Amino acid sequence: MSRRISYREAMREALRDALRGDPRVFLMGEDVGRYGGTYAVSKGLLEEFGPERIRDTPLAELAFTGAGIGAALGGMRPIVEVMTVNFSLLALDQIVNNAALYRHMSGGQFSVPVVIRMATGAGRQVAAQHSHSFEGWYAGIPGIKVLAPATVEDARHMLAPALADPDPVLIFEHAALYNVEGDLPDACEPDIRSAKVMRPGKDVAILAYGGSLHKALAAAETLAAQGIDAEVVDLRVLRPLDDATLMASVAKCRRAVVVDEGWRSVSLASEIMARIVEQAFFELDAPLARVCSEEVPIPYARHMEEAALPQPEKIVAAVKGMFA
Amino acid sequence: MSAVEHPAPPPPAGPVPYDKAFAHRLLADMLRIRRLEEKAAELYGETKIRGFLHLYIGEEAVGVGALHALTSADNLVATYREHAHALLRGMDMGALMAELYGTREGCARGRGGSMHLFDRATRLFGGNAIVGGGLPLAVGLALADQMQGTQRVTACFFGDGAVAEGAFHESMNLAALWRLPVLFCCENNLYAMGTAIERHESQVDLRGKAASYGMPAVAADGMDVVAVHEAAKEAVAHVRERGGPMFVEFRTYRFRAHSMYDAELYRQKAEVEEWKTRGPIHTFTARLKAQGKLTEDEFLALDAAADAEVERAVAFAEAGTWEAAEDLSTDLYTPPGAVP
Ligand SMILES: Cc1ncc(C[n+]2csc(CCOP(=O)(O)OP(=O)(O)O)c2C)c(N)n1
Ligand SMILES: [Mg+2]
Repeated sequence: MSRRISYREAMREALRDALRGDPRVFLMGEDVGRYGGTYAVSKGLLEEFGPERIRDTPLAELAFTGAGIGAALGGMRPIVEVMTVNFSLLALDQIVNNAALYRHMSGGQFSVPVVIRMATGAGRQVAAQHSHSFEGWYAGIPGIKVLAPATVEDARHMLAPALADPDPVLIFEHAALYNVEGDLPDACEPDIRSAKVMRPGKDVAILAYGGSLHKALAAAETLAAQGIDAEVVDLRVLRPLDDATLMASVAKCRRAVVVDEGWRSVSLASEIMARIVEQAFFELDAPLARVCSEEVPIPYARHMEEAALPQPEKIVAAVKGMFA
Repeated sequence: MSAVEHPAPPPPAGPVPYDKAFAHRLLADMLRIRRLEEKAAELYGETKIRGFLHLYIGEEAVGVGALHALTSADNLVATYREHAHALLRGMDMGALMAELYGTREGCARGRGGSMHLFDRATRLFGGNAIVGGGLPLAVGLALADQMQGTQRVTACFFGDGAVAEGAFHESMNLAALWRLPVLFCCENNLYAMGTAIERHESQVDLRGKAASYGMPAVAADGMDVVAVHEAAKEAVAHVRERGGPMFVEFRTYRFRAHSMYDAELYRQKAEVEEWKTRGPIHTFTARLKAQGKLTEDEFLALDAAADAEVERAVAFAEAGTWEAAEDLSTDLYTPPGAVP
């Protein structure tokens, strides 16, 4: 059995569950309370849980993210909402220099059980300063875990294991997904370790995550009509990467395309390609390909923005290039 | 009129308002820190200690006076110049010295070194080497206490240099806005590395900055352990009773280089010499002697005890072992079953 639900509602249900289930859990961030959440994810939670636990913060990404880390050190289970990844750059020091390092640098004395959520990605004509995809940068940092829920199932079920995790977990929610509806199965086995094959295929592995997953699935449909049977894998967890699932898919299909909304150079896509070369080079029948964002600031004008981002047509073209 | 750029305050005067035992405790702690760090500097010369080593010599009255106003239940967040703070929290000097050596017996298993002393048992949440990096953590620790109804003060130490960081201002605002029990302890030694305070602050009276966030702000003579302790006691009481934050500026001076690499081109020798005449250990010693609360023999005994403790700490560190290189990634993440 399943029910129809939006990504936003799924996330909200996950938050509500977490807040009901553990008095140590609280949500803090800019406009999470009275405003109802920038993307309306936390709408209604203030009324149910009150201003202590649905805590509006000033515009101070560095301090409130650091305060979340400190509160985690102090025994709480904070969920810090950074409005978008763009503004998380102002909090980067606390995430990298405190959250990620504390356990190791203290010789194992202090874990930081904080969850930091943020919206990411482009595609809504909000121009260059609001269209970044920096999750790949974060995925390069030892000491944290990085999740990218792309489905209603993961929006609903990744938060609980993230909160149960004793180490810092970052959750990237693609802003274009909040309105997307999907079928949420009643029974799920949530994990924050594995990648997932979303569409089995045999001719090419398309490895994607977040907002790009849906573009990859659309591309796979187009390819199917043209006789190419693509396997689509949702990375789900960007750090640590589930190499085993990715390599199994690559080995089966013998061709692979990585789709990543981050800028191409030094991207998550580059890392995945390097791993494929290291671990599955002899399984390949064709050079690897990637579809990333063009290396320009993301423009405002719709046709220009579309040209800058990964699109199903670009994925289709990349795949067909492998069979040429 | 002093001819130096940053004149020292008049020497502390007046009777020491403490009984003999407590006065001796304060003096003993200042001596323990001083002897520990003199030894550390020597060991640095012998390359037993490497990397960055920031000495607190000259500033001991601040740490000693302030930390004696806290209880063991309180939280502490410190900077990279934190040997004194760790020791005063109750960290074993051997574990501290071993950390400077980088051995497995160190308080952070040799992972952190001088700038990253951690001690869960005494609620020392680090040694933070990002200037201003500890302030948001202190705010969060205090928030956790407020939300859990725990009666505790979080003391956060930072330098004058940190006051120019955004982290300082954001943290002050948040702590005041949410009335969190944080004691902000600014160790104003007049320099951020080589940049004198009037070259990095538009307003050199730092109290005004804290006051602008609506929290009480006071300054104390950081060369006088009595003045520090009295100011800290009042401030701790304020934070404990009212639940809101408070800011205390301790005006002090660093006698040594910023770290071990520093040609000290940015300040006058005469200025350093003038401040050294206000050295917290000998002025306090002189006052106690004048009051009949300390004899020369007692002083020598306290000093000898400090030396002996340092010697034991060095022996402990010398006998240390190295963490196996295979354990490099141990504790990158919390092992299953370990409670964070
Ligand atoms: C964010 C940041 N910027 C620069 C440095 C390099 N640095 C280390 S200590 C220091 C001076 C800090 O001065 P202050 O806060 O007054 O502390 P003090 O060293 O005088 O105790 C600087 C610039 C740093 N560690 N962190
Ligand atoms: Mg300074």
